[in-house]
Amino acid sequence: MKNGFLVFLASLIALGGSWCGFVLLPVLQLGGQKQTTVLNASELYPVGRPGMANQGLQVYRANGCAACHTEQVQQNGVDCDVVLTAAGKDPVAVSNLISSLKLNGLNKDAADAAVDKIKAAGGTAEIHIFATGPDIARGWGLRRSVAEDFLYDDPVQLGSVRIGPDLAGVGSHLPDANWQLVHLYAPRSEVKDSAMPPFRYLFRVQKMGNEPSPDALVFPKGSEPPAGYEVVPTAEAQQLAAYLLSLHADVPLYDAPFSQSVAAKP
Amino acid sequence: MNEPSQTDLTGREINRSCSIPLLALFGGAALWLVVGSVLGLLASIKFHAPGFLADCPLLTYGRLQPAADDALLYGFCLPTGLGVVLWLLARLGQTPLRGAVVPIVAANLWHLGVLVGLIAIFIGDSTGFTWLEFPRGGSVAIFFAYLLLALWATMIFAGRRDRALYPSHWFLVASLLWFPWIYSTANLLLVAWPVRGVVQAIIGWWFANNLTLVWTGLMGLGVIFYFLPKLSGRPLESHYLALFAFWTFILFGTWCGIPSGAPVPAWLPAISTVAAACLIVPLIILVILGWRTVGFIQPECLAGGPYAFVRLGLGFFRLSLLLLIILACPHLGRVLNFTWFGPAETQLRLYGFFAMTMFGAIYYVLPRAVGIEFPFPKLLRVHFWLSLIGIVLLVVPLAIGGVVQGLKLQNPDIAFGLSTQAVLPFLRVSTLGLTAILLGNLLFFVNIMGLTLLWKFDLAKKFIAFVKSPLEPGSASASLRRDREVRA
Repeated sequence: MKNGFLVFLASLIALGGSWCGFVLLPVLQLGGQKQTTVLNASELYPVGRPGMANQGLQVYRANGCAACHTEQVQQNGVDCDVVLTAAGKDPVAVSNLISSLKLNGLNKDAADAAVDKIKAAGGTAEIHIFATGPDIARGWGLRRSVAEDFLYDDPVQLGSVRIGPDLAGVGSHLPDANWQLVHLYAPRSEVKDSAMPPFRYLFRVQKMGNEPSPDALVFPKGSEPPAGYEVVPTAEAQQLAAYLLSLHADVPLYDAPFSQSVAAKP
Repeated sequence: MNEPSQTDLTGREINRSCSIPLLALFGGAALWLVVGSVLGLLASIKFHAPGFLADCPLLTYGRLQPAADDALLYGFCLPTGLGVVLWLLARLGQTPLRGAVVPIVAANLWHLGVLVGLIAIFIGDSTGFTWLEFPRGGSVAIFFAYLLLALWATMIFAGRRDRALYPSHWFLVASLLWFPWIYSTANLLLVAWPVRGVVQAIIGWWFANNLTLVWTGLMGLGVIFYFLPKLSGRPLESHYLALFAFWTFILFGTWCGIPSGAPVPAWLPAISTVAAACLIVPLIILVILGWRTVGFIQPECLAGGPYAFVRLGLGFFRLSLLLLIILACPHLGRVLNFTWFGPAETQLRLYGFFAMTMFGAIYYVLPRAVGIEFPFPKLLRVHFWLSLIGIVLLVVPLAIGGVVQGLKLQNPDIAFGLSTQAVLPFLRVSTLGLTAILLGNLLFFVNIMGLTLLWKFDLAKKFIAFVKSPLEPGSASASLRRDREVRA
């Protein structure tokens, strides 16, 4: 290769190729993405976050929360449970059949086969799908995160390291605003040995008046501020808590299905 | 016959033509390197005590860590790379750098941009995208500074007297083109007119990978392919192999970066996984090239001179490629995703490979360009060993800690908190590594600043000597005065 122009051309082809693949195509495929409907329902998903939560996303960005927290639940696959809905005309035969079948934790084909057998015996059954994987088992979400979850976020804060837990569904499993605020103010008062730094600068400690302020934090026993003082969140802290509470990617979608009833599973 | 030959004269002229731009680029870079290591150390101390500096919003972990990373990448890696490129292209093409004022202005604009960008991160104005944290003010400044420097480098390249291309040329010229393209794309589509939803994350990954893997890889390998043969005295074994490494690296490297399991259409991470696996090809070529050119470890690798730095840089690059490939393997990747293994790999690449290579290059280039030796040449060896120990103590614990953390994260019966607790001992060892790195960087800073001061003294001395010098009949100032006297 003696010609400088060839080097230029080679780089142009290589980088141009990946630009088309990883910039242009995703923009064409997803750039015009719209709301989708929830699986087996008519509601639209996602709905935009409330204004305060959107401001909270900016607090999340400004303080670099994504340096420690991800917002992407991972999923290994799906398991199916077969649930009997009606025993039909011959309940004894169906119940005998059921006691001989494996009905939980099946893959899709095995679940279909089991449903067929129950139907042949005269009963009816349906299949419940649920996501599997360590993240799901930890209760971080009911399904994996998908592109739709981030449709209205700017900037999208997916994160890359789990120094702290995943937050994609934190609004669902820790929905108490006071808990979130106390945890931000003094993490170790809520989570023993937490590695999270306390974000005291998002709060004000002030002398209590005759009555506690309406938005003063309610602390768990043993970690209250000194008597006569109260801790009040600033606007930023309230916005951040509103954002955290708005994080729940837990509706079933066509590309990440699960059965609603599974949520009640013990 | 004592007069220097024609080639020596041009060599001297070429070296001198780069001196002030290099001092401007490397001096600021040395400062940012120290700033970055101090910030990184502060961030690391937070794992010993989360309450450390917690009441100062400017220094919360989420701002310190990106600021430390950006100070290393934008403050040190990019300007040193550009400086070495200016010198290398001039040297390889036998052309002096002309119009040095432009690269000098660009270097100062660059460092100003980094300062503005870092301040923006501290006051909470970060864009929120990894490796692209600088908001508009800082990013515009460094973009135009880069354009100017790259333009000057391209002009040196185009005006080369020796038309033949050396393997370093391909790597360096490609890297010059790479950054403006990816940086403008990322800034336009993520910051200026943001695209919707998760496409932001995809473009963010594409940018980060092309900057921290492909750009650093091209720049660093270009420098290594020049200095490795030059300093060892053995010619590069095969230009064809080097060309093959170049092609496969830009072809596959540019498609990596999208982690498997990301909430994006499945074809994107699938391509990245395949591309990362294909990087085994340039990795094998680099191993063969290194082995056939300079063999295995030799005593001079441990001596701590420029050669040792460059040699170690090549070794760490190959190791970081291996870690990258491991991280992309479908099953291993699932365990290692979201753990400290990723940061370990990035630190190994940026610090172990790129910074080490640049240290070697700067230790060789700067005294020759300025014409002054380093004031403390013995510190080179101490710097080398501190850096080597520091990198090992930083990367090895983080990588092992990442595996431990990943295995615990994969087992839902283990509470999440325990996965973080399990990594803390490893993080604390890595603090020691960062301390050693900081000490080494301080020695580098002292030598660069010392050399700059010596150069300034020298300049002042020359100036005073010029002012005091008696008028000689033939000199320019004498003839000027004679003109004035005649006119009067």
